[in-house]
Amino acid sequence: MAELLQLDSITQVFKTRRGEVRAVDNVSLTLSEGSVLCLVGQSGSGKSTTAKIASGLLSPTQGAVRFEGEDIYARGKDHKRRFKKFRRAVQYVHQDPYASLNPIQDVMTTLSAPLWRHRLVKTRAEARARVCELLAQVGLTPVETFLPKFPHQMSGGQRQRVAVARALTLGPRLIIADEATSMLDVSIRIGLLNMLTKLRTELGVGFLFITHDLAMAKHFGSDGDMAVMHVGRIVEFGPTLDVIANPRDSYTQALLEAIPEPDPDLARRKRAARIAARQAAQIGGDTS
Amino acid sequence: MSQNAASAGPESQEPGGGAILSVRNLSVEYKTGQRPNDPAHRAVRDVSFDLYPGESIALIGESGCGKTTLGLAILRLLPKLGSIPAGEVLYRRRDGTTVDVLRMNPDELRRFRWSECSMVFQGAMNSFNPVLRIWEQMYETIRAHDRSVSKRQAYERSAQVLEDVELDPARVLKSYPHELSGGMRQRVLIAMSMLLNPQVLILDEPTTALDILTQRAIVDLIHDLHERLDFAMIFVSHDLAVAAELATRVATMYDGEIVEMGDVRDIFYRPQHPYTKSLINAVPTVAEKSSVLSGPAGSESDG
Amino acid sequence: MTQILDPSATEFKAPPPPDEPRVGVFRTVLRALMRSRTGFVGFLVLLFIVLVCLIGPFFTPDNVPTDVSKQFAPPSLAHPLGFDNEGRDVLMQVINGGRPVLFVGFMAALISTVIAVVFGALAAYLGGRVDSLIVTVTDIVLTVPGIILLAVLAAFYRVGSSWALAVILGVLGWPGLLRAVRAQVFSLKEREYVEAARLLDLGTTRIVIREILPNMASFILMNFVIGMTNAIYNLAGLYLLGLAPMEGDNWGIMINFAWTRGAIFYQSSFFWIMGPVLAICILQLALVTMSRSFEEILNPRLRHN
Repeated sequence: MAELLQLDSITQVFKTRRGEVRAVDNVSLTLSEGSVLCLVGQSGSGKSTTAKIASGLLSPTQGAVRFEGEDIYARGKDHKRRFKKFRRAVQYVHQDPYASLNPIQDVMTTLSAPLWRHRLVKTRAEARARVCELLAQVGLTPVETFLPKFPHQMSGGQRQRVAVARALTLGPRLIIADEATSMLDVSIRIGLLNMLTKLRTELGVGFLFITHDLAMAKHFGSDGDMAVMHVGRIVEFGPTLDVIANPRDSYTQALLEAIPEPDPDLARRKRAARIAARQAAQIGGDTS
Repeated sequence: MSQNAASAGPESQEPGGGAILSVRNLSVEYKTGQRPNDPAHRAVRDVSFDLYPGESIALIGESGCGKTTLGLAILRLLPKLGSIPAGEVLYRRRDGTTVDVLRMNPDELRRFRWSECSMVFQGAMNSFNPVLRIWEQMYETIRAHDRSVSKRQAYERSAQVLEDVELDPARVLKSYPHELSGGMRQRVLIAMSMLLNPQVLILDEPTTALDILTQRAIVDLIHDLHERLDFAMIFVSHDLAVAAELATRVATMYDGEIVEMGDVRDIFYRPQHPYTKSLINAVPTVAEKSSVLSGPAGSESDG
Repeated sequence: MTQILDPSATEFKAPPPPDEPRVGVFRTVLRALMRSRTGFVGFLVLLFIVLVCLIGPFFTPDNVPTDVSKQFAPPSLAHPLGFDNEGRDVLMQVINGGRPVLFVGFMAALISTVIAVVFGALAAYLGGRVDSLIVTVTDIVLTVPGIILLAVLAAFYRVGSSWALAVILGVLGWPGLLRAVRAQVFSLKEREYVEAARLLDLGTTRIVIREILPNMASFILMNFVIGMTNAIYNLAGLYLLGLAPMEGDNWGIMINFAWTRGAIFYQSSFFWIMGPVLAICILQLALVTMSRSFEEILNPRLRHN
């Protein structure tokens, strides 16, 4: 599959009062057309910073961000053209559905603004038709009822779908979803993920899915790759199911061990195993 | 409407029969506007359940279902706009007498809170008073609910509960909240709730906003404390996995009502109510072999 | 076995959110205004003052007649505020005198608000050297003591008209507001929906005008109102010091004349000085209390509540 976006040895250093912080340390990732890459990490692991760099909101202290082989930050005659091409192809969905939509704009305005700006439509009728199409793609039906709604009139899940529709307006080839389900109710999350999967299979849109929830990553990215981040570095990378079944890195192993299971018997067995392991370690320590 | 009086526990119908806490037909309302004619929103509708000694009940549901409100109502800690138009919360004291929490006068309520029943609030690890050391906050808590405790006794007790939650008392008591990590602060909160040795502990979302490794430590800690010490627990969570780990019985709430209640294994392996089923189906698992149904669910149209 | 406590619900379906009836803009604005009772009262008082000051002068003579026999005559039913030292009816002067004050106050506030909003928003949004430059200029103007600058400007620059006065006052008022606007824009710039707009490449102008400023509209309006009250106070101050053109009947001139011509020494001329003073105070009070309603008018979240 064609390589779409490549993060090449990205490092991001932030200067704070306490000195320098390496939020991202020598991270390299490749995203291919139509594929899914799950970036998993806990808070402070650098995954959100990596997402911002990948989406072009932040330029890295070191390293290159290449879109279709061309460095988007390199100075040159057609820098603007390159960056513009990148902008239209790579879009972003935020974590907080309550903050990612302008509270004083209705859905029609929010979704038609990029269409007008980039001259993708010529008449109001065209704009309306295209917006309705987008709303249908993200599963917000009946579409007419959603056009005049303001963000506060919609549920979290609906708002997030509007955010996805907005990301689709420029016809992107890659969507970066930064914890897009974390603030939604449990029963809504699956619906949203299924909608995103449909976009992948029907429109061929690739995803960089960022989350702290390994189970969510496994569900969404089962036929893709997973990268686990810890203090700014990628500590494990491989096909999702493989990483989960056979983690090689100790941090990944610890994470997988730590996940609470929605299965009472399994939870009990795992706890017994943990206690046994701890006791064995203690006994081993005493007799040494 | 939930069935009244009967609960899904092993014992009888009479209020307090064997149970430490009996919630009977409890309803809670929130005023939606300042004027008296404004409609009130029923956050909790006619809820009844019993809590038996040594049990651990999980109240699960999504945002807005009323689970937090129910927890707060038991301790009568509702905000100003909240009121309890109906119901009883029967509590059986250590000496065997039963009393209705909702009818207590302020003095009795002050003694009830923290020494009989205490609570760990949602997100409280971020609402410590930043200018007081942990010792001062623990001492204030003790004094607020039990004047008879001397400073020395309070200190000993504080140190004891901190040890129970696996923290070093010497170091933690003289620290300020910002000097402790999120996980440590959550442990301190749990310790604070046990200061006066309550019979009932209510925890509201004890692991939200914690990272997976810390979450695992806190869940194990709570499980451990519950096994070792003598208290019954009600915990509120939207996270079914945490409920599966910690609960002996589970109640599913939707729109202010308990729609299903039962033993934890029954709820997870043989859910009956459609809402419970949809919740269980909506939780993806990492484990390969699992007897819980998993897979896609949920409709698209409402998001 | 579990127990279903709600046996009637055999199939679970989330109820659709209720649809709201469409209400006209006028009704919603009126409802929002009425939400804050003090705000609404302030609005009514302001409306009253504005109407009296704009329409009143059509019913009073352009040059209030003098009548030496009525010098400092005490108030009566026909002349509730008494007479001044030239025997002119104070009430008529008060009615005539409001328009210039309102005009200068409004224009001055408008000028300073426009400068502050445009440059404050650009400074915050563009950052870097543009920001440094604008902030430096603002700080310089901010450190100059206002009333002294006013006095000097008024003394040297022959203030011939209300417009000139408005410009002078306007030029003084913008630094404080600029800093406030800049701070607000900084914070709004980081909001996710602004970031989303940047990601969609919607363009700086559009983003500032459509995404950022409307979300600060009530903030800007409130500051406009406060700017107006400041301008009016400064105006009264200028008149009292005699630094503004002494033509016409406006409240400022009335205060100046009353003060310099001994109104404070006579009991019956009490209203000559208090009339305009009270008029100014009531106007200011109305402006300030009315601004309380603004937040609600412009925020649809609160509007639809």
